[in-house]
Amino acid sequence: MAVDRLLPTDEARDLLALTREIAAEQLAPRASADEAASAFPRDVFALLGGTGLLALPYAEEYGGGEQPYEVYLQVLEEIATAWMSVGVGVSVHSLACWALATYGTDEQQKRLLPDMLGGDQLGAYCLSEPAAGSDIAAMSTRARRDGDHFVLTGTKAWITHGGEADFYLVFARTSADRSRGVSAFHVPAGTSGLAFGAPENKMGLTASTTTQLVLDEAPVPASHLIGDEGAGMRIALAALDGGRLGISACAVGLAQAALDTAVAYATERKQFGRPIADFQGLQFLLADMSAAVESARATYLHAARLRDAGRPFSRQASISKLVTTDAAMRVTTDAVQVLGGYGYTRDFPAERYMREAKVTQIFEGTNQVQRLVIARHLLAEHAG
Amino acid sequence: MRIVVCVKLVPDATASRSFEPDHTVDRVSVDGLLSELDEYAVEEALRIRDAASEDGEVVAVTMGPQAAADAVRKSLQMGADSGVHVLDEAIAGSDAPATSLVLAATLRKLGADTGPVDLVVCGMASTDGTMGVVPAMLAERLGLPQLTYANQVTVDDSNGAYRVQVRRDSDLATETVEAAAPVVVSVTDQINEPRYPSFKGIMAAKKKPVQTWSLSDVGVDPAEVGLSAAWTAVVSAEARPPRSAGTVVTDEGDGGTRLAEYLVEKKFV
Ligand SMILES: Cc1cc2nc3c(=O)[nH]c(=O)nc-3n(C[C@H](O)[C@H](O)[C@H](O)COP(=O)(O)OP(=O)(O)OC[C@H]3O[C@@H](n4cnc5c(N)ncnc54)[C@H](O)[C@@H]3O)c2cc1C
Repeated sequence: MAVDRLLPTDEARDLLALTREIAAEQLAPRASADEAASAFPRDVFALLGGTGLLALPYAEEYGGGEQPYEVYLQVLEEIATAWMSVGVGVSVHSLACWALATYGTDEQQKRLLPDMLGGDQLGAYCLSEPAAGSDIAAMSTRARRDGDHFVLTGTKAWITHGGEADFYLVFARTSADRSRGVSAFHVPAGTSGLAFGAPENKMGLTASTTTQLVLDEAPVPASHLIGDEGAGMRIALAALDGGRLGISACAVGLAQAALDTAVAYATERKQFGRPIADFQGLQFLLADMSAAVESARATYLHAARLRDAGRPFSRQASISKLVTTDAAMRVTTDAVQVLGGYGYTRDFPAERYMREAKVTQIFEGTNQVQRLVIARHLLAEHAG
Repeated sequence: MRIVVCVKLVPDATASRSFEPDHTVDRVSVDGLLSELDEYAVEEALRIRDAASEDGEVVAVTMGPQAAADAVRKSLQMGADSGVHVLDEAIAGSDAPATSLVLAATLRKLGADTGPVDLVVCGMASTDGTMGVVPAMLAERLGLPQLTYANQVTVDDSNGAYRVQVRRDSDLATETVEAAAPVVVSVTDQINEPRYPSFKGIMAAKKKPVQTWSLSDVGVDPAEVGLSAAWTAVVSAEARPPRSAGTVVTDEGDGGTRLAEYLVEKKFV
């Protein structure tokens, strides 16, 4: 069943219809097989790029779709319902474009953005390090000034699209100051001194490539510094506010897929001479799943609408990430339960959804970190 | 080259479909979409327009209730330049002869209003009615050559006039057939891979002109179309019963014999 959505414009309705059509015809049919084969679907991103779906929340002037987050996120949700790895990939690409689109100079935006948003290119966001996860200020990758270049050395970890991306948004230290010593760089693939680790052997999202990015004296033109030198930490965290909404939308899409699978199965599977959906014990499980999906969707949409209205939304973005990803974990786990023993096999997608849900509680800030952010805002607002 | 592509909105085959009390398809309460087979026609029209040496134009034409305009809109989103929607209550229930009558009148008006049409492209059938005869009837009514079931279309404009050549593939032979424009062509689902609209296409479509014409605008007498004028009447329509589970033969060494007995009993052998 198509999700009933309130959309602000006719073009948004057409955009969602187009997304559903592409998702049903090009994404859903191959998700299981590509996940099983750990095959990164670069061609799918090319298709999405060609239709403009990789540039929705950005300015028309640079090739974007100029869509509000409220609309972009619902497109993302539909993509994730069909194929979670692709939804996450689109979200990460948007995240990787955001710093330049927001903090880049006019000259940088004119020079770099059209290609980044044109649909042929894919981006990656490189913040985490092996020893700096939740504590990103502990990062040790360094950027040393050398004439009209910065020279980057260090190891970035967990890079979604590592080795597949065309450009990397890299955060590196330009001084020892914990938070004011980090800067953001636009690093094109093919820059010398760039190497990638072997793909991580993951529990889920197996079609999405995750690798280390090793920088060994990689020269980056000073004209690729995004924002002021030392503004990197602020940029990284602000980017994550939007990124967390992207992950929220993906989590809701995934939960919706699990719910759809569970409902379809429950009406077909017979035990004790009737469909298992006839049993109230199971109906209540399905009802709770449905309530979790809808309330999670409402939570991310509220944060998105605050963002679109230009209001502060950082606390709501973290609440959204916490609520939607916990909902996705619960709903996907319950979907396995609804399918019984079949749900535990790889012949049905429920167990894959459950494996995919787990990572949403971990990346772009673990849900413990989201609580830190929420509490910090809450107490600061109370203090006035 | 001026190309008209005839498009139809059909009920979404993945949703549940139903009939009205008069046995016509319920086209109002279900989600409709551009007939899949018409997507090939739109795609081919766009390719022919874009391959031509001179500027061309693709006009998407549909007839049907209010929602049918969505078929035109989707065509515009894919890249057609303008649209015409023939909207008139009297059209409801029209059969293939009446459909071809209205489309022919619409094409004549288009020609008279904005200049001659060189090529009419249709899908090979609609995915709901699947009659597959409208392109031929339309050609007949317009007095134009018909090149149907094309797996390939080539347009030659080297001598100042258009010649249209199509390839038709059947089990036994491949035919190449050609005619001088204007012609009516119908295309199969083997001819191309229809594009998806882009978001830019969606935005651009909002600004493209769509005209809505009534039967009197195109000069068709309402008495000649609609359910009451149909040459045939659907007397009853019932959903097919779901398939039964069939007979399971458990092989206990005599499986072959029992299979053969079953086939004999049902007179298959
Ligand atoms: C599939 C995948 C894709 C990823 N993609 C990217 C990417 O594209 N770019 C990128 O930069 N990163 C990416 N990451 C990294 C991800 O953001 C980090 O894994 C995450 O931030 C957690 O860091 P960590 O793994 O080092 O865990 P740690 O920080 O070591 O955390 C371990 C545990 O300790 C808890 N913890 C830590 N500190 C506290 C605290 N103060 N209070 C309470 N609990 C705490 C955590 O919540 C967690 O449960 C990806 C990760 C995965 C798994």
